[in-house]
Amino acid sequence: MSILIYAESAEGKFKKVAFELASYAKKVAESIGTTVTAVTINTNDVSELSKYGVDKVLKVTNEKLSGFSAKAYADVIKQAAQKESSKIILLSSTTDSIYLSPLVAVSLEAGFASNVVGLPTSNSPFQVRRNAFSNKAFNITEIETDIKVLGLAKNSYGIFENASTLTEEEFNPTIGENDFGIKVESVEKGSGKVSIADADIVVSGGRGLKGPENWAMIEELASVLGAATACSKPVSDLDWRPHSEHVGQTGKPVAANLYIAIGISGAIQHIAGINSSKVKLVINIDPEAPFFKVADYGVVGDAFDVVPRLIEKLKAFKASQS
Amino acid sequence: MKILVCISHVPDTTSKINFSDNDSQFDSNGVQFVINPNDEFGLTRAIWFQEQQAATVTVANVGGPETEPTLRKALAIGANDAIRINANPTDSFFVAKQLAEVIKNGGYDLVIAGKESLDYNGGMVPGMIAGILGYNFLNSCTNIVVDGTTVKAIREIDGGKESVSTTLPLIIGGQKGIVEEKDLKIPNMRGIMTARSKPLTVVEPVDVSINTKSVKFEKPAPKSAVKLVAPDNLDELINLLHNEAKVI
Repeated sequence: MSILIYAESAEGKFKKVAFELASYAKKVAESIGTTVTAVTINTNDVSELSKYGVDKVLKVTNEKLSGFSAKAYADVIKQAAQKESSKIILLSSTTDSIYLSPLVAVSLEAGFASNVVGLPTSNSPFQVRRNAFSNKAFNITEIETDIKVLGLAKNSYGIFENASTLTEEEFNPTIGENDFGIKVESVEKGSGKVSIADADIVVSGGRGLKGPENWAMIEELASVLGAATACSKPVSDLDWRPHSEHVGQTGKPVAANLYIAIGISGAIQHIAGINSSKVKLVINIDPEAPFFKVADYGVVGDAFDVVPRLIEKLKAFKASQS
Repeated sequence: MKILVCISHVPDTTSKINFSDNDSQFDSNGVQFVINPNDEFGLTRAIWFQEQQAATVTVANVGGPETEPTLRKALAIGANDAIRINANPTDSFFVAKQLAEVIKNGGYDLVIAGKESLDYNGGMVPGMIAGILGYNFLNSCTNIVVDGTTVKAIREIDGGKESVSTTLPLIIGGQKGIVEEKDLKIPNMRGIMTARSKPLTVVEPVDVSINTKSVKFEKPAPKSAVKLVAPDNLDELINLLHNEAKVI
């Protein structure tokens, strides 16, 4: 009956979403009187999960799973759920988890709600709040099935410490050859840089920056803040920046703690993609830029004047904090 | 190669989102509906396969008669025929089941769906279809090349991309990149005229157990106005970000 989470890791270290899932699962488990089990795949040291309330870990170690395979990983999670007789399975909204979640749900004949924000609004009947219409509304969804799969929206709940005593158990699910219908030939990852998906802070530049030669200050601001860099659609269409940096409705979604938009007017398609970010700071020379309507903080000013001074002040601030 | 492109009929991004019947229904009054953008990228790629590799392209949608203009638009863009499953798309599993039935009966080799729709942003349907049919499945697909039954494709991952190989039959969740925005086709007059006479078949839904149901909608609390900081007062900005917003 334990609530099951899939605690994702990368290069042997848990992703932050694993702790967010654990925090959320613990809270739900307390409210319905059960425990939290995490399934991990090829993660050696799982002790950190005990900080966030996980009671038991099913550790899967299998060479075949060294690369990501949605079907194989979904199969592992399904078998873990069956072993624990879990009625609630909680998954994250990373690219990989979004990929495998519907496979888990179908294989368990479970009702599935993705994009869940906040704790269940009711345990019986089981209802959750979900983002809909590009964050312009919420939908309350009731899950009718005995087994329920929830996909938690990124950065929507938070990480809360809640120490527990953790038991570890080796778990050997059956992995079939037909789990590998998709073969990964190669993986290309930008090294050393913070990815938009993992970043707490994203610094984004628009056409107001006038040309690709002016991106040094965006990169420097990002580096001072430990942030990822991003850009608006026109900037990627003009090839000033790589497509991988395009955020917005047809680009990457951003759900950061702080989104800084510099020289971006704020087209509705752009806003739709970044609206899940908690705090939005807009720097734009045009006081009428629509972005100011959805921003939390704004500076009406010339980016070429404001940003370099902001970098210097942030450097001094960071130095004073350390 | 037989291709099925799954089409969602969604409100245009610029639409005002309102609800009716005590916030239980989406209010479609005055709303402009479009082909879901992620599906439109997929449709355009499918038409490329039609032109270059003699594929046939069918488009399918689960919805009432009011969604037919969206299917006609897909026909005008170049699809060979269309199927409308005559039902209210109550949840993702229902939609996936209906489409899986169409795919099974039609013997499609490649199924292209958008990785998520603009309305519910669920991102669940393509994976569920794959789960139901047991076909190969690639999500967040940004490029696909087919040679016989061999497929080479690219999947976008967090912070990079992954090159994969697989075989047909295959279901993909597509997105921008599978074609670029500049490649999207605007229907021309000839396309619009011929679309009128292309086959649009209406099929009745199969029975599906109810897994989830929409109870009601809520709108986010109104946002407070932006706090403007003067460009010569950046210390205050840092103070606000640190002490008030607590994000740096």
